[in-house]
Parts: sequence; structure tokens; C-alpha cells
Amino acid sequence: MTHAADLPAWAAWIVALLLLLGAGITLIGSLGLLRLRGFYQRAHAPTLGTTLGTAFIIGASMLCFSLLQMRPLLHEVLILGFVTITTPVTLMLLVRAALFRDTAEGRIEDHGPHGGPQPSNDE
Amino acid sequence: MSSVVLTWSVVIAQVMLALAMACAAYRMLVGPRAQDRVLGLDTLYVNAMLLMLTVGIRTGTDVYFEAALVIALLGFVGTVALSKFLMRGEVIE
Repeated sequence: MTHAADLPAWAAWIVALLLLLGAGITLIGSLGLLRLRGFYQRAHAPTLGTTLGTAFIIGASMLCFSLLQMRPLLHEVLILGFVTITTPVTLMLLVRAALFRDTAEGRIEDHGPHGGPQPSNDE
Repeated sequence: MSSVVLTWSVVIAQVMLALAMACAAYRMLVGPRAQDRVLGLDTLYVNAMLLMLTVGIRTGTDVYFEAALVIALLGFVGTVALSKFLMRGEVIE
């Protein structure tokens, strides 16, 4: 890592902080995916990584490369916008598919959006 | 001093993201039902994309950004196709 000395000291500290925050939040989200019980609880956890984790790591990457190449580099915003737009779409599709399967198999009964027993998904 | 901090924080971030990928891979391989496996695959894609960005910061080259963009695109398309398959048993109706 030879280019680390080219960064100013304040920028190196900020990049390090943003990287650690982003990776830590992503790890917490994936641990939630590992630990939570039931699919409908687990579906919430990885969105920590797709929103805050991606935002922090992309901020670190933008700051690092903008200072290294002496010009503002904004193309990482592409990834951030794409992930921010597509995460709700994929999760909506996936949870609707899971709900359809559970209803078709009789695991949960269809009592409307607010009533009915909670789905138990542990096998 | 600051460059040492940056080097070590990049290494720690990579280890954290690798652990996150391991959690997602466990959920993908073990997960009790098919939708759990799809969710694990989606998380694995996102964590791999973040790991690519971190490797890009470590090496200082721009190439890894494009790899991360391709991984994000393919992860979205793959998860949508698998969800459609879980819903109806067909991808394109």
C-alpha cells in the first residue's frame, strides 16, 4: 500500500473511520441474517449493509480517489444510487414470493394485512 | 502514523467483510427454506461488492470499481430472477 503516504493525514483518518464504520455495520447486518429466527425477521437484517454500509464505504472510496487523482471523482455515486434503488425492489419481490409460498402451503392463514397468527418459519 | 492507521483499518475492514460473507454463505448453504437461500445469496453479492471497493482503496487502482458495479448489477438481476422463480415456478411468464 504505497499510495497511503500520498493522502493527507486528515483524509487518511477520515477514510479509515468511514471504512471501519461501513464494514462493521455490514458485519452486524450479516450477523443478524445468521442469528434472527424466521424468514420475515431475517429479511430486515441485510438492509443495514445495503444502505449504511454501502454509503460509508463508497464515501471512503470517493474521498480517497478524489484526493489521489487531484480531481473530484463522483462515479461511485452510480453504485450507491443503483443499490439504493434496487434493494427495496428485490426485497419486495422476495418477501411477496415467500408470503405466496407460505400461504399456498398453509403455513399462515390469510386474515388480511393486520390480523392472523404470526408465521412460524422454523424447521 | 496516519498511513499506518489507514493500512490497518483497510485490513480490519476486509476481515470484517469476509466474516460477513461467511455468515451470508452459511445462510445460503444451510438456510431452512428456499427463500432463506435466496436472501443469503443477495447478501453475499452485496458483501462481495463492498469487499471489491475495499480492495480498490487498498490497491489504489480504478479497476475494482467496475468489478463492483458489475457485481451489483448481476446480484440485482439474479435475485429478481430467483424471486420470480419462487413465486410462480417460471422466470419469464
